[in-house]
Amino acid sequence: MELIQLAVPVLLKGLWMTLSLTAISVAIGFNLGLGLAIMRGSDKAWVSGFARYYSIAFRGTPLLVQIFLIYYGLGQIRFIHDIPALWWVISEGSRCAVLALALNTAAYTSEILRGGLVAVPAGLVEAAKACGMSRVMRFRRIEFPLAIRQALPAYGNELVLMVKGTSLASTITVLEITGYAKRLMSQTFAIFEVFAIAGVLYLALNLILIGLIRTVECRLMRHTRSASKSLPALALPTA
Amino acid sequence: MEFGLLQVWEGGWVGAILRGAAVTIAVGVASMIFGLIIGTICGLIKWRAVFGLSHLVDFYTSVIRGVPELLIIYLLFFGSVEFVTKIATVFGFAELADAGYAFFITVAAISAISGAYSTEVIRGALAAIPKGHIEAAVALGLPSRRIFARIIAPQMLRIAFPGINNVWQTTIKDTALVSVVGLQELMRTAFIGAGSTHNPLIFYSIAALVYLMITLISQVGFNKVEAVLSPRKGA
Repeated sequence: MELIQLAVPVLLKGLWMTLSLTAISVAIGFNLGLGLAIMRGSDKAWVSGFARYYSIAFRGTPLLVQIFLIYYGLGQIRFIHDIPALWWVISEGSRCAVLALALNTAAYTSEILRGGLVAVPAGLVEAAKACGMSRVMRFRRIEFPLAIRQALPAYGNELVLMVKGTSLASTITVLEITGYAKRLMSQTFAIFEVFAIAGVLYLALNLILIGLIRTVECRLMRHTRSASKSLPALALPTA
Repeated sequence: MEFGLLQVWEGGWVGAILRGAAVTIAVGVASMIFGLIIGTICGLIKWRAVFGLSHLVDFYTSVIRGVPELLIIYLLFFGSVEFVTKIATVFGFAELADAGYAFFITVAAISAISGAYSTEVIRGALAAIPKGHIEAAVALGLPSRRIFARIIAPQMLRIAFPGINNVWQTTIKDTALVSVVGLQELMRTAFIGAGSTHNPLIFYSIAALVYLMITLISQVGFNKVEAVLSPRKGA
């Protein structure tokens, strides 16, 4: 009981850090990933090639290596010290973690979104072209809305992986849930109890995220739902 | 920034990195094998909806897949270190235990994680086997052991293979996490090298490249096996 009183407030403090790390890196990573997914479809070989190799490099190496490379490695390059904006990012653990997480999730997001974009029926894009829509409008009104509906379930999984990925920030001195949990474990020796409380926090966070994604999915797919519901109603008068 | 690769070469780090890579691969392969054993058993339990046990499996897979790998590694490592040391001292093989312990607990942790993901993959593959095939085998009077060996297992393997490939890729990357508890694998070697030469950039870059090589080469191997397993078109 005493332990719970001690551990819960500390871990809740960590929860806030975990949440901010996730939110900021997902916000940056989603946009980067979208850009990379569009680049993959480019006609220019070097543009699509860059996006492909980016994705291979970030998906083929552990996130921990990426975090260490950014946190310990980049500081060694002289010119980064001379650029204030870059140095601001590199000089602090949590900002490094956000950078690494954002770059990492961008690679996975680009694969997920590309899958969605490829699945958009060619006829719809041709129809939009025939209507005289510009490239940007075509993407905004036709391709992206269809792709995101296709990609949403897989993106939900990626969000859960991101929440779990933030735990690696604890290895570069950022105190989020796992960081505090490790500290509590070595202070109280109540290994299992601390794990259970921290685990429940993560599970709750992930369940809420999955619930949110399902809600968004339901809202976006309501045309399919209302169609099946309204069919009998429409059929009744004619019958 | 006058480093370089020369320093890595002269310091004898190439051998250390190769040894680290070998440990990483050994941990990855061992964990994958145990993970597949766990996954097959748990996948079958979930598929058959064995009363009671399937809820237990559900609990196991949701906890492992919802909680960060690092936290699980901390639990298994810190949770067992005292217990194991005590046992080892009682039986008088403390030194032996020290050497093997990190490897053992690492494989246990990574197997538990890859087992949870394998369970889901194998359950999905089992669910995708046409019911008629199994019914036909039952109707022919085949004993259940042969139904499993001849009908279920081959189809399960073929359908699950791409998913197992994904699990392998995550597993080999997860092994990097155990460097935080001290096993001398690739990541730990890079960490030590970076610390003692004050040259983290080159060491972590090398580590990243070695991981990339492991994942890319194994990807090629998996693709080859997948081509053999998939039914030939037009045959």
